[in-house]
Amino acid sequence: MSNLQELQKTINYDKTFDCVQCGYCLPACPTYETMEKETHSPRGRINLVKMVAEGKASVEDLRDPIEKCLGCMACTTVCPTDVQYGQILEGAKEVIEDHEVKSGAQKRMEDFLFGSFFPSKGWMNTLGNMTWFYQKSGLQSFANLTSVTKMAPLHLGYFEQIIPKQPSPRKRAKRTKRYLPKRKASAKVAFFTGCVMDSVFFETNQNTIDLMVRSGLEIVIPEQQTCCGALHAHAGKVQNSVELAKRNIRAFEEEEIDYIVNNAGGCGARLIEYHHLFEEGTLWRERAERFVSRVKDISQILVDVEGLHFTKPVDKTITYQPSCHMSNVQGVKTPPLELLKKVPGLELKELERPDFCCGSAGIYNIINYEESMEILDVKMKDVCSVQPERVVTTNPGCLLQMKLGIEREGQSEQMDAVHLVDLLLEAGPQV
Amino acid sequence: MEQWKEALQKHIQEERILTSLADRYSYSFDASFGEHLPEVVVQPSNRDEVVGVLKVSNEYKVPVYPRGQGTCLSGGPLPVHGGIVLDMSQWPESIDLRVDDLTVTVSPSVLTARINEEAMKHGLMYAPDPSSAHVATIGGNLAENSGGPRGLKYGVTKDFVLGLEVVTPEGEVIRTGGQTIKNVTGFDLTKLLVGSEGTLGVITEATLKLVPKPPAVQTLMVTFDDVHTAGKAISKTLTSGILPSKLEFMDQACIQAVENFNPIGLPTHAAAIVIVELDGHPEALKVEKEIVQEIMQSIGATDVVVPGNQEEADQIWHARKQVSPAIAKIKPTKVSEDATVPRSKIPDMMARLEDIKQKYNVEVVCFGHAGDGNLHPNILCDKRDQEEMKRAEQAVEELFQAAIDLGGTLSGEHGIGTMKAPFMENELGATGVNMMRRIKDAWDPNGIMNPGKIFAEKGQKLVLRDE
Repeated sequence: MSNLQELQKTINYDKTFDCVQCGYCLPACPTYETMEKETHSPRGRINLVKMVAEGKASVEDLRDPIEKCLGCMACTTVCPTDVQYGQILEGAKEVIEDHEVKSGAQKRMEDFLFGSFFPSKGWMNTLGNMTWFYQKSGLQSFANLTSVTKMAPLHLGYFEQIIPKQPSPRKRAKRTKRYLPKRKASAKVAFFTGCVMDSVFFETNQNTIDLMVRSGLEIVIPEQQTCCGALHAHAGKVQNSVELAKRNIRAFEEEEIDYIVNNAGGCGARLIEYHHLFEEGTLWRERAERFVSRVKDISQILVDVEGLHFTKPVDKTITYQPSCHMSNVQGVKTPPLELLKKVPGLELKELERPDFCCGSAGIYNIINYEESMEILDVKMKDVCSVQPERVVTTNPGCLLQMKLGIEREGQSEQMDAVHLVDLLLEAGPQV
Repeated sequence: MEQWKEALQKHIQEERILTSLADRYSYSFDASFGEHLPEVVVQPSNRDEVVGVLKVSNEYKVPVYPRGQGTCLSGGPLPVHGGIVLDMSQWPESIDLRVDDLTVTVSPSVLTARINEEAMKHGLMYAPDPSSAHVATIGGNLAENSGGPRGLKYGVTKDFVLGLEVVTPEGEVIRTGGQTIKNVTGFDLTKLLVGSEGTLGVITEATLKLVPKPPAVQTLMVTFDDVHTAGKAISKTLTSGILPSKLEFMDQACIQAVENFNPIGLPTHAAAIVIVELDGHPEALKVEKEIVQEIMQSIGATDVVVPGNQEEADQIWHARKQVSPAIAKIKPTKVSEDATVPRSKIPDMMARLEDIKQKYNVEVVCFGHAGDGNLHPNILCDKRDQEEMKRAEQAVEELFQAAIDLGGTLSGEHGIGTMKAPFMENELGATGVNMMRRIKDAWDPNGIMNPGKIFAEKGQKLVLRDE
């Protein structure tokens, strides 16, 4: 195969022909709105992929438009011809990654982050514990006082402020591998803990387990599970993400289970697409399909088992910011709203444009900070006009981003952001 | 750097002049065929900037191509000779509604559906409703004189324009028409400019007419087992004293494609279905609905469905909207035409399409706005198959000729652009085209405004293939 042919295959050139260039995706695209160029629209990006595949433009020309795509997939929900934008985007990222010349230090850093850091339970626990120490020891207050965090690279100083209070290492270590409900279990669920979710939002994960146990489900937490690989795929590291998928598929095959439940929109979106990573007709494809058929979001499972009712009123005005990956990729839209409607005391005010991405998009907000903040500003304008006391989300990235948005708007006295699971547990769920 | 590019910088902020290869490729296409790389893309945000750009273009004789959101199906904004693409879509939105006058003044970048949305808040309606209304700009709609299903009762874009502000190719600002419903002062330059496809100037503001929003609508879906009967039923309805707001048509191939794509129980055995929408006072609609039902049955419809509620009606219209995506599943490349014939000639046109399909061995399906004779024959092919595309080109040529032979026109709502320019003489005759050319030359002595559109260049042919 010639170089160009090889490139065409990786970049999914064939799939670009499904785009009839009608432009219906333009109004749905957050970056087209904030960056004001066709180059940063889905139609523009698909066209550029085509130009690169035809040798008319270089991979370098493609880099910025592709890197600035949030991958929110809002375009796929309005596309009249069902263009597989996600696959085109991933192919483009892979090609860009393959062409990149990186310094030794950069390579080592990436190898560590994607190869060791995210996929390792140990590292994720360490991150959580270090954050706990940082918060507990007074270092945080000291750092804030001296503005030392503002000097952190990649604007991490802004994010550091909004990380929730961490549980102690002892509490973290106390989690077991199996939880049984008081009555006979109606189904057996394997919980996918996620990497960042389990590190930074450990409490939310515990609450998720708690909700499921109260609903009469048996929970197992497969020990060999690892990061879902979404971050890797978004960074163009397809091979890594295939490896992680295999590890997870193996881990969740260890015992007979009915469902694989997760509580992070972004992870869920990756998990339900595992089969796309393997060629049709292969054994791995079959195993992946079996895995995928059992994946559910926590909100879906809670609606499905219908066991819980809520006893403690939460007298608050809230709004719901759906995770793009949960709505647009998993197609889970109504279950969270159904659950919220069951909570007494809550007043739900809908955003004018709930489907507009918050700008978090994996680690987009860290890598493309300025662009992400412009998108967040659009989102916060909508949020502020609704004036909620609480913003409810279903994905760790969105949750952090909404917390950041609230800080930026100077609204932290008036509102906060929580994960749906935490709110549900607060409402005294009982069978 | 070339002088004209330097000169541009005096008139417009640097970040609004796009020169990178990626940006230039992003404005090299529209929703039709062909790819032409501009040298720069300029994104003006006010009238003075447009004046500046046109003065530079005129002085240095650099072509300028105004562009909305690039949803054009006939090649209107394509930069066929390089030069400057004038991206009007990022201009700040302004919608100034004067409820008591039933008029609205808008900036060129406003999405057409937004105008209707604002009007609806006051019990009014902006009637033109092209399918792309939620993504296309009003500037583009004005340039192309877009239509839509409601065209049957209300007309197309030009029927709703009262006045325009336009920058001429020489960089002067003129105003045409005004804000009144009646206006017979001098030549009607407004009507000349609307539909001139950006060849006579750049529209920077428009004043549009609004109409009262009809208080109710009623949908009917009628099934026929042959196209001829469907055609007769359409004519009979229109001569019975009732003017539906929409009268849409789908042939069997479309019905089957929609059912395969997203089954909702359409009659796949039917040769055609006609979807009727009546609008007006609820009491009047009750009577009109019965009359239409009687007509359809007496002519020989096999079934008339009257939806019991809004949801059922929505489902019928949803099916109609699914036609485009559904037929794209047959083959990926869609050549969507809008050849329009006198209403009585719809069955003849359908017969001609069947012949074309056989003769060139291409997939042809047909749907469209039957009430005004505006059909959308679609040829489905695969851009990667050069040989098939060649046959598609021949089929399109013959399709245009068929429309003209039947007393129809090349375009009902998409415009001429690059796609149909080679056929203009067939419809208008050499003198007819020449009179238009003279107007063009008088307005644009240096020929900088959107060259290559409407008027064919020597030897220009329809091109669907990349060459």
